[in-house]
Amino acid sequence: MELLESLLDAWPQLWSGIQITLGLSLGGAALAFAVAVVLGLAAISEAAVLRGVSRVVVEFFRGTSLVVQLFWLFFVLPQFGLRMDSMLTGIIALGLNYGAYGAEVVRGSLNAVPKAQWEGTTALSMSWATKMRRIIWPQAWALMLPGLNNLMVMLVKGTALALLIFLHDLTFVVDNLRRTEGTYFAFGVGFALYYLISLGFSSILRALELRAQRKLGLKPTKAQTTKATAGAVA
Amino acid sequence: MNDFSWDWEAAAEAFPELLRAFVEITLLLTVVGTIIAAVLGLIWALALRELPTPIAKVLAWVLDVIRMTPLPLQLFFVYYVFVELEVMTIAYIVLGVHYSTYMAESYRAGIDSIRKGQWEAATALSLPKSRTWRAVIIPQALRATLPSLGNWSIAMFKDTPFLIVIGVAEMVTQARRFGANEFTYVEAFTIAGLIFLAASYPTAVLMRRMEKKLAY
Repeated sequence: MELLESLLDAWPQLWSGIQITLGLSLGGAALAFAVAVVLGLAAISEAAVLRGVSRVVVEFFRGTSLVVQLFWLFFVLPQFGLRMDSMLTGIIALGLNYGAYGAEVVRGSLNAVPKAQWEGTTALSMSWATKMRRIIWPQAWALMLPGLNNLMVMLVKGTALALLIFLHDLTFVVDNLRRTEGTYFAFGVGFALYYLISLGFSSILRALELRAQRKLGLKPTKAQTTKATAGAVA
Repeated sequence: MNDFSWDWEAAAEAFPELLRAFVEITLLLTVVGTIIAAVLGLIWALALRELPTPIAKVLAWVLDVIRMTPLPLQLFFVYYVFVELEVMTIAYIVLGVHYSTYMAESYRAGIDSIRKGQWEAATALSLPKSRTWRAVIIPQALRATLPSLGNWSIAMFKDTPFLIVIGVAEMVTQARRFGANEFTYVEAFTIAGLIFLAASYPTAVLMRRMEKKLAY
């Protein structure tokens, strides 16, 4: 009961932290998804220039580390006269970094759609938009969801970077709570909340995966998320 | 708007300092962290298969919690619970344990890729369990697992800047210190980023090649 009381007392603080963490997760994920789709489509484009640009951008953001990118946006851009609020800086850093990882997942999934499917669309002289929307994307979508699922969990964990740009996210609140409520209570609650948030996002993406497979008339596959991204996050 | 220009002198001053922090701390963290993660990951993968189901389920759940919660939170937790530990030791342990949960999945996939006939042959030869694992399964599973372990190691490498939260003097921490002292954030963070890129890109390419070569 005492535990419950402490939890109720701490809840307003925790809730404000959760809001920052969720805001960064959702904003970061939306931007990352857009970046991943654009760069992923560019990576399989017939125009060599587009492929080249996509490759360079993806390798740059994959290779330079999230925290470095965050600090660059946060400390260096203001020197150019560009001042952004911390929340937006965090969302952009997460979106670009995980977008680049996601682009690898999108590219890999598009490439994994059997060649005959691509050839079929050509034989039917479908326009690019029809081909993508009706034939290729639905199949690639089912393939890319396990990878996107794992990246989403990694992105949620990445939101803890908020701490480094002075946002009061869930990690900050937990660290604060430690001073008044003790280490075990504060961190126990912290681990549980992050786990639930990650699990929530992961379950939603898993449900989307099962739905995509059902729509294609495929049998549902076992959940395999981390395996799907080992190559993309390196 | 401030005056902005790239200062080559500041860059020349920052570069050796950052490179030293990179070699002495960042690389060391990655190497030790990877060894811990690779060993623990294998132990988890074997335990998940060999332990009685209820215990294996609990272990799988614990690994999930570690995998799905942020590094900084885990760093703080270990930092406050084991106050007597040095920050570098905490860094090794947390990085190693965190990524061992990913590597365990890689090992598991590798073990699952071993064909049934290999197990049956080991049984037919009445090899003891330990010898089956050591001499038959693990050597073959490793082949499929290595590139994936390498990829997680690169991911860990890029996560080392999070150690700034417990005050480990890795490269990005040093870059921030340098940038704050000299008002040269541009040079310090650009160089830090380029050093990361220079180390991780070739390694990632190498892993992709290895993956193709080792694929059955």
